[in-house]
Amino acid sequence: MRKITTILAILCLAPLVAFASESTVKLDQAPIRSGDKLSLQRGAQTFVNYCLSCHSAEYMRYNRLRDLGLSENQISDNLIFTGQKVGELMTVAMKTKEAKQWFGVAPPDLSVIARSRGADWLYTYLRKFYRDDSTATGWNNLVFDKAAMPHVLYQLQGEQSLVTNTVDDGHGGTHEVKELKLDKPGTLSKTEYEAYVADLVNFLVYLGEPAATKRVQIGIIVMLFLFGMLALTYALKHEYWKDIH
Amino acid sequence: MSKRLASLVDWIDARFPLTSNWKAHLTEYYAPKNFNFWYYFGSLAMLVLVNQLLTGIFLTMNYKPDASMAFASVEYIMRDVDFGWLIRYMHSTGASMFFVVVYLHMFRGMMYGSYRKPRELLWLIGMGIFFMLMMLAFTGYILPWGQMSYWGAQVIVSMIGAIPVIGETLSNWLLGDFMLSDAALNRFFAYHVVTLPVLLVTLVVVHILALHEVGSSNPDGIEIKKYKDPVTHIPVDGIPFHPYYTVKDIFGVIVFLIVFCAIIFFAPEMGGYFLEYNNFVPANTLQTPDHIAPVWYFTPYYSMLRAVTINFLWIDAKLWGIVLMGGSVAIFALLPWLDRSPVKSIRYKGPIFKFALTLFVISVFVLGYLGTKSPTPLFTTLAQIFTVIYFAFFILMPWYSKIDKTKPEPTRVKE
Repeated sequence: MRKITTILAILCLAPLVAFASESTVKLDQAPIRSGDKLSLQRGAQTFVNYCLSCHSAEYMRYNRLRDLGLSENQISDNLIFTGQKVGELMTVAMKTKEAKQWFGVAPPDLSVIARSRGADWLYTYLRKFYRDDSTATGWNNLVFDKAAMPHVLYQLQGEQSLVTNTVDDGHGGTHEVKELKLDKPGTLSKTEYEAYVADLVNFLVYLGEPAATKRVQIGIIVMLFLFGMLALTYALKHEYWKDIH
Repeated sequence: MSKRLASLVDWIDARFPLTSNWKAHLTEYYAPKNFNFWYYFGSLAMLVLVNQLLTGIFLTMNYKPDASMAFASVEYIMRDVDFGWLIRYMHSTGASMFFVVVYLHMFRGMMYGSYRKPRELLWLIGMGIFFMLMMLAFTGYILPWGQMSYWGAQVIVSMIGAIPVIGETLSNWLLGDFMLSDAALNRFFAYHVVTLPVLLVTLVVVHILALHEVGSSNPDGIEIKKYKDPVTHIPVDGIPFHPYYTVKDIFGVIVFLIVFCAIIFFAPEMGGYFLEYNNFVPANTLQTPDHIAPVWYFTPYYSMLRAVTINFLWIDAKLWGIVLMGGSVAIFALLPWLDRSPVKSIRYKGPIFKFALTLFVISVFVLGYLGTKSPTPLFTTLAQIFTVIYFAFFILMPWYSKIDKTKPEPTRVKE
């Protein structure tokens, strides 16, 4: 009996351990700091400057950005370039049909992109663009081969190129390792660019679930309440069951 | 005050069987006093059912069953509806936790022989509930209209279409279209919020009525009704459900809520198991995802569906897969007649049964794990082996449960 319980417990946990990402490129861990409002504000700035021209976030309202410690006036003055009102959704003027003509595919909505792709994927993707003359945009990406999106941030990061090295794998065979080399530096240094992308990804994670911070805060209170109730209900049960045992 | 209350109760009792039902189902329903951990999951399943019904009502207030608006309306609930995120996570986590408690409830029945005479019908009604639950989970999963909603449903719908002779017609009738579309979404919404919940709640009531007729089983697998007090005719090993099991179940509810709320507030996606990452991509009818996997509670059956790779007896492998998958669920209903052991409980059953049950549990977990993965030759072979083990547990039961070396049952329940 006890054995079965133990086996059950082990088996319950086993698949969670084995559930790994199936991406071929090793993803870098995104430094997510959901409580860092300044980082989120910088990310929001980057988002409206660089992403929102082509990508929408059409499930999100501008005035929700008050979560980041901004007032409605600050949002209207600094983050809305489309003439929209502060209560409106973060839509994009570009039409799907035109977008398809220009890029081959319509740029996906980014409202929940951090929930489908994951922060690590976005953090790696935004740093792994390289020059590739064989593609329509002149850009390619290590994480997302033949991505339709050009490198929007190249002036900041600079231009990278692909270097393929053949490495001895130690078992008599060889395998290829793809690396990126910075050919033309951008206006930001490598660390500055990493921090810049980290802020943007931080914002995208917030955008995916704006209620997440509140969720955790409420959760802590709920758990404290439940643990209090645990003691009370245990005592109640114990009191009643005295006459049974 | 209490006098006026008593006269009100009297007034009602003259017109409605209030006190008699209260007694029959609570204060004078005698349950065995030796319930252990495994006996919490019946009442917890009721709790989750109520959770699903209540949160479901609030979700329907803002959800739009329209292929062009469904995904956005779910995000509207998550962002613009006050505490909409909480209601939605309670519902999505509740769906998975429903299966957790129902699977544990069923496992309890298998361990302690709760399906044996006189509880065969109780077990069959429970199977009906399990089937409704699966239908509810399937129809509910379609509603957010994400990539996994759409393509997961596509797999199931194509299975209906593969049924010989009537498949095509049945599929068109259920979907209201020749393919999965807006019309189908509307229908699935209707099934999910009206048809199936009504059937489920009815079956739950019937399940409890049947239970209270035959009485609860217990970890010793013996009937407490055999030993009644000669004067009061109350089972000597029975205790009134209320207050003893109500206070005990309240404690169980709190323990359950700790787990439930920990998931809701700190890990609502549960690592992609409760809410799949791919379902945060709106349904795209032109782009099949690289990897389609159902939610965790269906993965064992999905594994068995994929395990059949050869055509057999002039019948297509795909159809055999469907037969096997349907069979893997339906075969539970035969348990009362497959088990020929002289004792009910695992406590007095012999080593063969314990071994078989352990192997069965392992096969369920392995098949469940394989169902989340893309098939490879190794995984398919493994799925085939464990499918055979899964079915062997049932098919060989009449034989091994008979020859197994059992211990004698006690006459009275143990503390």
